[in-house]
Amino acid sequence: MFATIKTPTGREYEQPLGLFINGEWVAAKEGQTFEVINPTNEEVITSVQEATEPDVDAAVAAARAAFEGEWSDVTPTNRGKMMMKLAELMEENIELLTEVESLDNGKNLNQARFDIQSAAGCIRYYGGWADKIHGKVIDTQPGTFNFTKSEPIGVCGQIIPWNFPMLMWAWKIGPAIATGNTIVLKTAEQTPLSALVAATLINKAGFPKGVINIISGLGKTAGAAISSHMGIDKVAFTGSTATGRTIMKSAADSNLKKVTLELGGKSPNIIFNDADIDHAVDWANLGIFFNHGQTCCAGSRIYVQEGIYDEFVAKFKERITKNVVGDPFDNSTFQGPQVSQLQFDRIMSYIEHGKAEGATVECGGERHGDKGYFIKPTIFSNVTMDMKIMQEEIFGPVASIAKFKTVEEIAKIGNGTPYGLAAAVHTKDLNTALQLTDKLKAGTIWVNCYNMLHYALPFGGFKESGIGRELGKEALSNYLQVKTVAINMGGHNVFIGK
Amino acid sequence: MSGINPRSSWPTITSLQTIRSAQHRPRSVHKLTGSLLLPLHRRLSTTPSTAPIIPAALPVVRINPFNTYYHRVFSTSSRTMSDLPLFRELTAPNGTKWNQPLGLFINNEFVKSKSGSTLSSISPIDDKEITTLYAAEEADVDEAVKAARAAFHDSAWADITPEQRGRLIHKLADLIEQHSDTLAAIDTWDMGKPLSVMKEVDMPESISTFRYYAGWADKISGKTLNIGPQKLVYTLHQPVGVCGQIIPWNYPFIMASWKLGPALACGNTIVMKTAEQSPLSVLFFCQLIKEAGFPPGVVNVLTGYGRTAGHAIAAHPNIDKIAFTGSTNTARDIMKTASVNLKNITLETGGKSPMLVFDDADIDQAVKWGHIGIMSNSGQVCCATSRILVQESIYEKFIDLFNQYTKKISVLGDPFSGDTTHGPQVSRQQYERVLAYVEKGKKDGAILVSGGEHPEVNFVAPTIFRDVEDHHVIYQEEVFGPFVVIGKFKTEEEGVKRANATTYGLGAAVFTKDIARAHKVAAKIDSGMVWINSSNDSHFAVPFGGVKQSGIGRECGEYALDSYTTPKAVFVDLGTVL
Repeated sequence: MFATIKTPTGREYEQPLGLFINGEWVAAKEGQTFEVINPTNEEVITSVQEATEPDVDAAVAAARAAFEGEWSDVTPTNRGKMMMKLAELMEENIELLTEVESLDNGKNLNQARFDIQSAAGCIRYYGGWADKIHGKVIDTQPGTFNFTKSEPIGVCGQIIPWNFPMLMWAWKIGPAIATGNTIVLKTAEQTPLSALVAATLINKAGFPKGVINIISGLGKTAGAAISSHMGIDKVAFTGSTATGRTIMKSAADSNLKKVTLELGGKSPNIIFNDADIDHAVDWANLGIFFNHGQTCCAGSRIYVQEGIYDEFVAKFKERITKNVVGDPFDNSTFQGPQVSQLQFDRIMSYIEHGKAEGATVECGGERHGDKGYFIKPTIFSNVTMDMKIMQEEIFGPVASIAKFKTVEEIAKIGNGTPYGLAAAVHTKDLNTALQLTDKLKAGTIWVNCYNMLHYALPFGGFKESGIGRELGKEALSNYLQVKTVAINMGGHNVFIGK
Repeated sequence: MSGINPRSSWPTITSLQTIRSAQHRPRSVHKLTGSLLLPLHRRLSTTPSTAPIIPAALPVVRINPFNTYYHRVFSTSSRTMSDLPLFRELTAPNGTKWNQPLGLFINNEFVKSKSGSTLSSISPIDDKEITTLYAAEEADVDEAVKAARAAFHDSAWADITPEQRGRLIHKLADLIEQHSDTLAAIDTWDMGKPLSVMKEVDMPESISTFRYYAGWADKISGKTLNIGPQKLVYTLHQPVGVCGQIIPWNYPFIMASWKLGPALACGNTIVMKTAEQSPLSVLFFCQLIKEAGFPPGVVNVLTGYGRTAGHAIAAHPNIDKIAFTGSTNTARDIMKTASVNLKNITLETGGKSPMLVFDDADIDQAVKWGHIGIMSNSGQVCCATSRILVQESIYEKFIDLFNQYTKKISVLGDPFSGDTTHGPQVSRQQYERVLAYVEKGKKDGAILVSGGEHPEVNFVAPTIFRDVEDHHVIYQEEVFGPFVVIGKFKTEEEGVKRANATTYGLGAAVFTKDIARAHKVAAKIDSGMVWINSSNDSHFAVPFGGVKQSGIGRECGEYALDSYTTPKAVFVDLGTVL
């Protein structure tokens, strides 16, 4: 149930391998395990227990019992206190969690540390919300008394991706627990390790058994079991749009469980002639190459106004030569490996498409080194709207650049994909920024920056990028259902029979 | 967090025996549900007694013109004692020892008052001086305001993130928790409330209040307002600035937390004046402010008298907002004085809160809650349900049960003793004031059922008057002691009319099993809080404050944030061409 693992820094730690159900580590009922691969060297780190349908059943039963039992007696303030404690424990274990994250996901240590810190901040933020959830009293007519209560939905299935394993863990757990739900959370099969380490903190934080259950497993089995489970009241998923669609269908086919989805994107990053070009280059670089391009809101479509197009491309090419690609445990590394062979192959195939369709490879366009899933930062220019690399989410270090002339034109182009997760505008002109802000159909608009996320700012998509919002106060409503209570105190007439 | 779960650890009070055995059982605090809503002093009702007991050890203090009591109340200019040290080792009667700061807390340092003025802090338990400490006057207020103003603009406070503000407040809560036993002993000694109440109610409530507002720090948001495509309009919710806060002596530490929590969460800086009767605990706590990492000048605390330091705060042209909790008369003065620079103002003042008992109520429950409602904290509660109005068919029965229950439950005595539920009044002045109302009640023709005695200096036995009418002084004025007036009513309409027949409007309780009546009466009573089938419930997440002459604004909950932020509307023109 545990393995001793040595990270590249020489740190040895006990890695839990089991499923965390009802506050205990258990083996998978059908005895299956799967391998966890280090994307930096393609070697097996360890094998973990693989949840299948019977394990999901057990986790749901534990979550249901907790929801109906002990958890429902916990005051909102004490829910919050447990979350504060969890945040504190995450911070106490930040170096361990950071190294596990880098080892499993391939992101560099500094980035991983930032993720863990943000994850703890997110848990603490939602801990503060726990006792600040209010219903309303609504006056309709004298002699009546009406009020609403915002109640938890129940057992929530949560399926998280591999690109920010701990951060997504926190984004999901934070609002769900603050509002009093219980959870069955499935991690991504590419990156199960950090969440299992973090699960060791759940009991220490004082959560009753069964409130938070963490399982490792594959999407097709455990994920499918969650989205179709009759005992799960709500499913929240972060991942690809294609999988999001499947989950929504199985939610509909089973028990009409509530669904929130945070899906893919092909977000435009728009740079006007009057922008501070050096800053814009920096943000464009961060926008697409941050986290190796494995970011749902990545600025993968870069549109530059024609007056500065050539200068921008030249500077951008120069800028990315400073992005050090390599071992995530090396402090100078900016870009680590892609997460898996599958992702690597997928990205390389998009690069081939780009070349075949006639876009210009400004730089990159091939693998980096001969071991690990490394891809050179890649820029395509002269990309047209109909090309695959301008329409589909690549989820890798691949930027597509094109030029535009006017605000009206870019508003149309910016909205020219089925996605609507994020967008950015770089300009010094107040009106340009705000006009475009109104016109772009995206859940987040960054002005003169990119990828600036904060747990207090709602995050989610328009169009096919998602349903609902994570983060901020808005995320609470994804995990609450409103109960209206109308009391007749002699003021209501009887309508029946009239 | 009150630390007690009524559902799991509350004994069912069926007999004295049950209560006694419950008392000796270790109090189990449910680890999860510990913070369930509690009335401030619910614990009091479980402590057994056969009759009020006054410990023989309490000395009688003879009034002479040289004792500190006279000095404190009647001297017009404070004596100067600038050779007083800034710290002094103190040992409370229960053996708790600590190093008590004696100075004014300005810019994260304890300093002497500029003129060398001092005042004495006296324990109401024995009327003896605990210590002398420095007292602020106008020049000291000025210094504190300068520090607060500088801190308000300093990047160390003005430019930290809301999350960092929240974390500082969380850290402060952790530190208070670590020093909770010392703070509890200080307040028990300084103002006389039972130590058990300090430990089980006041301290957990204060700590939770800080934690609650720590959580708000990064959740204060402005809005965007859609008024059409030509404009972007948004609001910034900004801190008000330098806030003067004047707190009372009845819950010294809770009142500090209610004031500081929201003010700090919103990013203000503070000049707080404690009550001269109970300055010690908050001064001790000032050390924790520094230890938690608050930049100098963010929180400044002054010991001082109302008429000097309090007045200087209310009058100061560089204070942006004043928040006061205390008597209605003082509040009126403060409001007048604050008009000098039109300070933002919030007031939480007196009350004469009614408790209506309808004939369908669970009368035993009404008696028990009614007792908590007026006798807890020796009646020194602004929202105490000091007027009980009973429907006529159960009037005699209620009075009889209430009287019996009070005799059985209230245990007067040394507040450091575990059995005590009822300590002394906070000061000789308050004690005499309460006793004076006994005479006023008799004079107006109300009937004294029990109490009215003063078994020992500063202790007032639970006092019950019946047949009290609207025009009686004791029906109209706030006594602020263990002093309840009972009257009767016939109909719901009359009950509400009598309930609303004072100038106050802080709290109100309604006892009935009728769902329609409960909510109708709750809506009709003029008050800031209504308790249905309970009394004096209070929770840091729930707004607290008064209507009519009981106050302006609300403390606690999200509502308190409104008092400590000021919205700024920003219009951005999106290209309207003139």
